[in-house]
Amino acid sequence: MNQAILQIENLRRVFQVGSEEVHALKGVSFSINKGEFVSIMGSSGSGKSTMLNILGCLDTPTSGEYLIDGVSVRERSKNDLADIRNRKIGFVFQSYNLLARTTALENVELPLIYNNSVSSRERRERAKHALEMVGLADRMSHTPNQLSGGQQQRVAIARAIVNDPVIILADEATGNLDTKTSYEIMSLFQELNEKGKTIAFVTHETDIAMFTSRIITLRDGHIISDSKNEALSAMAEIQKLKNINETPQG
Amino acid sequence: MNIFNLIKIAYKSLMRNKMRAFLTMLGIVIGISSVITMVGVGESSQASINNQVSQMGTNLIMVQRARMRERGVATGRDNVQSLKVKDVDLLADNCKYLSAVSPVFQASSQIINGNYNWSGSVMGGNTELMGIRKFELATGSNFTDDDIKKYAKVAVIGHTIVEELFDENVDPIGKTIRVGNMPVKVIGTLKPKGENQMGDDQDDILIMPYTTVQKRILGIDFVHMIMGSAVSEDVADKAVEEIEVLLRGAHKIKDGAADDFEVRTQAEMLEMMSSISGMMTTLLTAIAAISLIVGGIGIMNIMYVTVTERTKEIGLRMSIGAHNSSILLQFLCESVILSLIGGLIGIVLGLLLSYALAVIQGMPYIVSTSAVILSFVVCAATGIFFGWYPAKKAASLDPINALRYE
Repeated sequence: MNQAILQIENLRRVFQVGSEEVHALKGVSFSINKGEFVSIMGSSGSGKSTMLNILGCLDTPTSGEYLIDGVSVRERSKNDLADIRNRKIGFVFQSYNLLARTTALENVELPLIYNNSVSSRERRERAKHALEMVGLADRMSHTPNQLSGGQQQRVAIARAIVNDPVIILADEATGNLDTKTSYEIMSLFQELNEKGKTIAFVTHETDIAMFTSRIITLRDGHIISDSKNEALSAMAEIQKLKNINETPQG
Repeated sequence: MNIFNLIKIAYKSLMRNKMRAFLTMLGIVIGISSVITMVGVGESSQASINNQVSQMGTNLIMVQRARMRERGVATGRDNVQSLKVKDVDLLADNCKYLSAVSPVFQASSQIINGNYNWSGSVMGGNTELMGIRKFELATGSNFTDDDIKKYAKVAVIGHTIVEELFDENVDPIGKTIRVGNMPVKVIGTLKPKGENQMGDDQDDILIMPYTTVQKRILGIDFVHMIMGSAVSEDVADKAVEEIEVLLRGAHKIKDGAADDFEVRTQAEMLEMMSSISGMMTTLLTAIAAISLIVGGIGIMNIMYVTVTERTKEIGLRMSIGAHNSSILLQFLCESVILSLIGGLIGIVLGLLLSYALAVIQGMPYIVSTSAVILSFVVCAATGIFFGWYPAKKAASLDPINALRYE
């Protein structure tokens, strides 16, 4: 289990804003092993979005090394990066980013459409399987506007796992959800993690980060802490919430 | 990314906005259908002109007296007496490119049968005139060379004159009518030919031996016109040359001096008529083509809006592994689908419209394959041309910014 999925060494990213240089990441190093559930924390301006973009191969570092699944992403063409995203990464966004007026099943199929080695029959099977894994077997033909926020995010998670990525990158995936639904989503992530999925979860909410087993905290482009965390069980927290609501107050 | 998936994605995207897709298509539908209709109408009128000209005989060659200037005074054609019956004989004997030739005398006369009367045109010719003008007998017979020798008072009459002078169930053959004051026996009737392209009634005609018209009605020693048939349409020009050489020799016209006659072929008439109708067709088609361009700009406009509106979708597609080229092709595909479907509807609509117009105008209906194929190509080209820029814009988006776009 100690095989490194992501390896980052002395990563720097410099943006040119007008005549000024902004150093978003100032030499960050860490690695994520297979099967880990990591949260990357930090307030706004800490560099966590930049970090996520680079981890997701949407952006390339100014300097430093980044290996995903043993492959260096430096000096890669746009198309190569797109293929890496397609095969090795699953994205979950804060605002779900589902295609409107498109069924859950078709939304989940989307990443596989851009993979020529997957036949249309296999695509459908894998999409169905992914939706079953997130507990939406009975909502496959629903369109996003017929689904609740939590269900939409589940569809998005199914879309992120359908290509069987080496890592799932979640960007404030619970940011648009209420506490109970957030916990449900975290419970789903924990479940996926138990099944062996590697997950990196970017958030600024401490209580969400508590569900992960490792917390990396960024501030001003540096890692200020990287520690193991005794992950809370999201299931248990949901039960607690229920108890509070059911107990008559006063 | 295979092409089948691409088309599927593009089709689904369009289906998410049916009304918009339909309205965008409408521009192309109108453009293509008007182009097809205009080309169709053009071809139909062209065909109808060809038809009528060939009814008159495509091999027809006419020799007319030329307008001349005498001591600086221009004379009208009516006063020129340059063509004689002996010229006709000369041509008949010596022209190897002419299959038939006839003198033509024209007169307008009151034609009377009992209580009925009609002011019709009288034409005098030899026995070959009917063949030259492509008239066919309906009943009775043509006059003979003997009738010509005897200045016989016999006539073959056209359909209009039959209708004007005789009751419906009366057989005109053998009846005597009066042309002016002269009693004339009807020996034949002609099959109707209808109006020619000038709107003249070709059935308003009474044909008599030319000697009868020349001596008994007109009393002149020149002929109005000589009509002949070229052996075939191809040699019409050679026949014209031959006639010119022969007549110049017979009329003793010196080199460099102007002819006292004019030779015209039906092909020239055809060209003249065609060039007028061709000009109209070109003009109308040009206007229709402008509406096609407007339709194309409509597509471009909508595709632009679509790209802006779907920035987030583009960002998402890129983040899950779409190449820039896939995005480009997707949007290009959408605009091509729009323009092709619009084009197909337009072609069908245009064909129906031109059919309706042809029926209303009584012209032959012609499906112009070249126009249909061209429209289809133009549609595809429109889609690609006007879809390219918006698609390029979509493909060049930065996924990070596109994902954040609100």
